[in-house]
Amino acid sequence: MTSMTLRAPRASRSNALHAGAWWLWALGLAAAASRTTNPLLLGMLVGVAGYVVAARRTDAPWARSYGAFVKLGLLVIGIRLVFSTFFGSSIPGSHTLVHLPEVPLPSWAQGVRIGGRVTAEQLVFAAYDGAKLATLLICVGAANALANPARLLKSLPGALYEAGVAVVVAMTFAPNMVADVVRLRTARRLRGRPTGGVRAVLQIGLPVLEGALERSVAVAASMDARGYGRTAPVPPAVRHTTGALTLGGLLGVCAGLYGLLTAGGASYGLPVLAAGLLAALAGLRLGGRRGVRTRYRPDEWGVRAWLVAGSGVAVAALMMWAAAYDPAALHPSVVPLVAPELPVWPAASVLIGLLPAFVAPVPDVAPVPHVSPVMKATAK
Amino acid sequence: MIRFENVSVRYDDAASPAIRGVDLTVPEGELVLLVGPSGVGKSTLLGAVCGLVPHFTGGTLRGRVTVDGRDTRTHKPRELADLVGTVGQDPLAHFVTDTVEDELAYGMESLGLAPAVMRRRVEETLDLLGLAELRDRPIATLSGGQRQRVAIGSVLTPHPKVLVLDEPTSALDPAAAEEVLAVLQRLVHDLGTTVLLAEHRLERVVQYADQVILLPGPGEAPRMGVPADIMADSPVHPPVVALGRLAGWTPLPLSVRDARRRAAALRERLAAGTPARGPASHPAPGTPSGAAPGTGAGQGPGSGARSGPARAAAPHPGGDPLSGADRGPGGRAPGAAGEGRPAGRLGRLLGRRASAAPAGAARGGTRAVATVTGLGVRRDRVEALRRVDLRVSPGETVALMGRNGAGKSTLLSALVGMIEPTSGSVTVGGRTPHRTRPRDMVREVGLVPQEPRDLLYADTVAAECAAADRDAGAEPGACRALVAELLPGIQDGTHPRDLSEGQRLALALAVVLTARPPLLLLDEPTRGLDYAAKARLVALLRRLAGQGHAIVLATHDVELAAELAHRVVILADGEVVADGPTAEVVVSSPAFAPQVAKILAPQHWLTVAQVRAALAGATA
Repeated sequence: MTSMTLRAPRASRSNALHAGAWWLWALGLAAAASRTTNPLLLGMLVGVAGYVVAARRTDAPWARSYGAFVKLGLLVIGIRLVFSTFFGSSIPGSHTLVHLPEVPLPSWAQGVRIGGRVTAEQLVFAAYDGAKLATLLICVGAANALANPARLLKSLPGALYEAGVAVVVAMTFAPNMVADVVRLRTARRLRGRPTGGVRAVLQIGLPVLEGALERSVAVAASMDARGYGRTAPVPPAVRHTTGALTLGGLLGVCAGLYGLLTAGGASYGLPVLAAGLLAALAGLRLGGRRGVRTRYRPDEWGVRAWLVAGSGVAVAALMMWAAAYDPAALHPSVVPLVAPELPVWPAASVLIGLLPAFVAPVPDVAPVPHVSPVMKATAK
Repeated sequence: MIRFENVSVRYDDAASPAIRGVDLTVPEGELVLLVGPSGVGKSTLLGAVCGLVPHFTGGTLRGRVTVDGRDTRTHKPRELADLVGTVGQDPLAHFVTDTVEDELAYGMESLGLAPAVMRRRVEETLDLLGLAELRDRPIATLSGGQRQRVAIGSVLTPHPKVLVLDEPTSALDPAAAEEVLAVLQRLVHDLGTTVLLAEHRLERVVQYADQVILLPGPGEAPRMGVPADIMADSPVHPPVVALGRLAGWTPLPLSVRDARRRAAALRERLAAGTPARGPASHPAPGTPSGAAPGTGAGQGPGSGARSGPARAAAPHPGGDPLSGADRGPGGRAPGAAGEGRPAGRLGRLLGRRASAAPAGAARGGTRAVATVTGLGVRRDRVEALRRVDLRVSPGETVALMGRNGAGKSTLLSALVGMIEPTSGSVTVGGRTPHRTRPRDMVREVGLVPQEPRDLLYADTVAAECAAADRDAGAEPGACRALVAELLPGIQDGTHPRDLSEGQRLALALAVVLTARPPLLLLDEPTRGLDYAAKARLVALLRRLAGQGHAIVLATHDVELAAELAHRVVILADGEVVADGPTAEVVVSSPAFAPQVAKILAPQHWLTVAQVRAALAGATA
């Protein structure tokens, strides 16, 4: 074995990483983030997620969502700080930064404060807390950018296939509707009307909806003509069993959850929940028999998928263990205010999350040029 | 393979059946072309084959349609999916998934084929249609021709015995259309697939057809026969057939190659008779029946009446107007702009402003309606246009041609100010479009977009017209009068959605013309138009040009460009690669030459009307 074979291959349809693996990895990082408020560790998690995204994302439309999630994260931190500044905080602190004029509130609003003293401690606490939430969001954003949502839906069990198709069609509709809006707005200009304003939106809205409706009818016709919804004959006994299992299973899940959440119900809640889940799954499985569909080149769960998913799970597990072993290191003290330190072992475990950047197949960098074969032939 | 037994279809809210008395058999392994004017039920007939009519569309089907022995009454479309592959007019509305490979597999997945079979067929189809390089591409990033090929491929993978296509090449540039037709040829020849397709652009497809089904009119029974027989008296026919009929060739030639073999004598006659220079600059009113070669449907009574005196004044229609046109595009305008001759109601409606322009142009000769200098447009990293120069004079018609994505629409958008130039300058009527308020800009330039429906918001024609008057600041009734002129007999209460493609285009044109812009832009105006509607459009645009409107058309339709344009500008990858008189640019180009030019090359004849006029002049 040479070093060449150890390098990740170029991504293609056959070695595509299972979308579920990316989600497990990202959720692992998110779970790790939820266990700590240490800004250094959170920063490392964001860095790890960002590095992997930079190394392995494609130029597909969904891959651009990462930036949006990062901005959303920053917004969350900002909002958290603003709230803490104006509505005070329960964190006692001695380092007063500024005194805001306090709004006098009636006695029944006790416990609520608007304005007043702003301490460094409360702001730092708010920032830590916001950073935790922002990191969670960014991890989800990373999964979004790396995993093709359509392929994730394709991994659903057969009985849920219809729901998956609906979502996929809806996802391809959104860009079309945006294009419609742009087109109709420019058309307004051709009539000499302003393109902004409420009236413009209203006048454009109806044609856009009309267009979307027409397109959905056209897609439905196309799907029908291409064999969507062909069913295999299923004996009535199986059909009835399917119905009973699914319905009973869902009821069981509800009852089980209720038991888990009520005081003292945990004893019967867990087994009922498990039984319900099992019944529902069996129902889904039986329901899949009605469909005649087969799957074209489903994503395989191979070694690389195990490694990617495993690295995320490992980060989460190690962080949870660290949280139990040395909680202080993961939650730097705010009162008294001290500079956060980087705990060595948790930091090292976060770095495991970088594994996908080395094992996941590398996407093609340059998009294929927009030239049709005939054009090329004539150019020669 | 496909049998129609006394079939008639009536939609629920329709007064009369969409098709009636259809009784025909399509044999296995043939490429059968379905032709006829708009609105005669071509799509209904195609829909009946795959079962979408009536299972999906509603309505009542009488009689019996069987495909390979399966009755569509008892088989729903999904149960015919393994037998019939259907591609509708808009390939984008056909796609269910997001990448090429998934799209090809979708139909097979629905049918439940084994994974190994699916894999093999996808690879075969990728090769058959030349899509291998595109296999991982998102469908949204494909060009029009590629999309059409993917759509065809996606219905081919289940190995249907019948392929049904509704206008597969209408939206494509000539090269992409050739791509698609080559694929169809291959399917028929190599796989024995039965192909039934409807198409307006007969010049592209008729020579490939084994048989033609003609639907002569709404509710009339169809006729089926070999192409030469049907074309002999079909109301819709390509220019090559019109030329063949004119020259009296039997059997009728259907392809340029057949026609060229017989054309030697005609070429001699024409070469001896008339010097063919800039044929496209025939003034419309001076060329009898020039607008509608063969169909005769395109000419309003007004233009017919006007051609009378013009003929009397110019005994050689091929000669006199030509010498006038040689002075430049403005030179033909005064004659047509109504200085000596009444220009009809449309002329009066538009005349006040438009007639002043060509007169000035004829005197000054240089005042341009629009000037584009060194225009560059960039979107993200894509340079849509680079260093484009263009000058449009009053009364001049310019055709912008080039493959899909060459920058034609971008150039039109820049002219109306929807796009801000990255470099260079655009001046229309002395203003900078993107800095001018839309309200003022509509008086300088009007654009009819690719989808004319985008311009129409109101529920009725009358409301649309009233809104157009307000938008343009015209006196009430101005737009309605234009509509009455362009679309005689349309009711006030009609919903714009219920109009045919051609009618909708005319309505949008009227809305745009209400503001009397001296510059008129049209983006792909002939998409979905049949020959009669196209002929009406040609006559109309000629009249407008005659009144001094400058017209710029972005089009793939080489026949339209040949009929109308004084000048052709060819764009490729955002640059102007050719700009000159139509005959010079077009005759030498394999892709952009109209059929008449190909047949009579190296002579510079472009349209049947010119040939007819020259022959008439020679015999007179």
